[in-house]
Amino acid sequence: MDSSGTGASRSRFKKSHNDNPSIIINDHDGNRGREDRNTSSSNRKRLKVNDSSLSKDSPIFKAFNIFREELDNRNNRYERIVKISRDITIESKRIIFLLQRVTGLEESEKVFAEAKDKILDLNRTKFLELAHELHGQDPYQFVRAYSPGLQEYIEAVTFYHYLHSEELIGLERIQADLIYLVKAQDAPGLSSDLEQTLGTNSSECLSVKTLAIESNTSAESGEKNTTDQNDASATNENAVSETITVFVPVPPSEYLLGIGDFTGELMRMAINSVGAGDLEKPSVVSNMMRLIHDAFTTFAHPPRELYQKIRVLRQSLQKVETACYTLKVRGSEIPKHMLADVFSISAPCAADSYNEEISDVYD
Amino acid sequence: MTTSASEILNHFQEYLNAEHDLREEIRIVVRDLEHTVREIQTSLQPIHQPAQTANYLSFCENALSMFHKIQEHYKQLSSKIPLNQYYRFNDHWRFVTQRVVYMCALIIYLKEERLVSREEVADMIGVQVNREDGFHIDLDDYLMGILNLTNELSRLAMNAVTAGDYSRPLRISQFIGELDAGFRLLNLKNDALRKKFDGLKYDVKKCEEVVYDLTIRGLVNKVVENVNKS
Repeated sequence: MDSSGTGASRSRFKKSHNDNPSIIINDHDGNRGREDRNTSSSNRKRLKVNDSSLSKDSPIFKAFNIFREELDNRNNRYERIVKISRDITIESKRIIFLLQRVTGLEESEKVFAEAKDKILDLNRTKFLELAHELHGQDPYQFVRAYSPGLQEYIEAVTFYHYLHSEELIGLERIQADLIYLVKAQDAPGLSSDLEQTLGTNSSECLSVKTLAIESNTSAESGEKNTTDQNDASATNENAVSETITVFVPVPPSEYLLGIGDFTGELMRMAINSVGAGDLEKPSVVSNMMRLIHDAFTTFAHPPRELYQKIRVLRQSLQKVETACYTLKVRGSEIPKHMLADVFSISAPCAADSYNEEISDVYD
Repeated sequence: MTTSASEILNHFQEYLNAEHDLREEIRIVVRDLEHTVREIQTSLQPIHQPAQTANYLSFCENALSMFHKIQEHYKQLSSKIPLNQYYRFNDHWRFVTQRVVYMCALIIYLKEERLVSREEVADMIGVQVNREDGFHIDLDDYLMGILNLTNELSRLAMNAVTAGDYSRPLRISQFIGELDAGFRLLNLKNDALRKKFDGLKYDVKKCEEVVYDLTIRGLVNKVVENVNKS
């Protein structure tokens, strides 16, 4: 061990100082006791550090091979999740744009149906994929990877629900939509087995299983949703050996951040609807925004990200409140259609950030 | 409508409070842990004094005798972390754990001149190796700790020469070379670990320079001859 050690360090040292004449003497010395060195000197130049100082059965080599595998697995999973998250972000933004078009539209039901379909579709595809990736993991290890997509999704779903029923959707409802019952593969009940397979090729697994998904995305009625949920858990208990539950955890902090983004959409909608001639909207919307704003500002110890959202929320709220004010003051003197023009001039700031967001996603 | 929405939101205050309180508690435990770590680290520093070269083992034993405190801290810490939420809070103890790993690695190296395994570290501080088993030691933290070790060892290599021990730098250089090769096997992302690893080459270089200085003056050969004789 000792002699090979000195040899290794010497050989490396020699390489790095090859042009230095003083080394030649040293090289000469260093060759002592190592017969094979003279013959393989040209070979040695090509050898990398690893080859000269790490033999295949050294404990360090073995340990680091294990580390490499572990790191690779984790990093690959992380990257896959980032990718899924990006897809979710793009799709959620599309849903939001779609919903923004509802403003002043006659056939709003048609748009709602389309939006709902898209949300359901997201649940069945991307989120299921994500749930599989997170199965058996510590979700917080990957939360940074999927939080952008999740927040955007929450924003979309909240917006949809607000437009549909003027209500704020609760975290429980959102979470319930992201719980799936999946048929365990060949080895029933061995969730860890499934996880391992998923770790290597998740997309294949997904296509193989034309999944018995209990997607509880009955967006219309919360009650139906909960019964579904109960059914699902009942089936789960009855047939533990056949199905496993996978889910995308929605941390409360992410929910709050999503709600924060949602208020931005409210602001846009309020301004746009005045442009479309709906003069009631701003005051209705400002109520919801004020409610969220008030709740957010009473929070003690908000996380840093939430704090930023609160600041933005405050700005948006003020924009809408200004709109309400203008409507009240000038509404008495300007005809309705001209009032709309006043807003389409003051609205560009909203439109700008709108476009920015689009280019953000497609960058 | 308004009541239900505000109910929904008010509910989160509890969540935020609970999180804040837990983080405070974790901070307190981590602070105590850091204190112990500093103590042990200080107790190991004399290895660099030329007069103390013979006493490595007693320093190690002394340091090890304080490890029960560390175990105690980690036990406290792990009791506070809910299942599967290690990575929600691990920023709090990430850094100190790296120091702990480094101390374990240093002690084991001084005692047996080999790399401490992750299992051994986990055992020494009373935590798990695998995430599935509960409060564990994160691989990144382990590797960061090892990279802290190389820095300390390159310093020790120089000080060993000062103390008249010419063979130790050769062995250290070999060891760091192996670690360097080991780290090269990893596919590192552009993260903190990668940055730390980029510093490893300076430790390698430092050791090689020491070996060079010894070699060019023929001091190494004496060592080799001595080894051959015995």
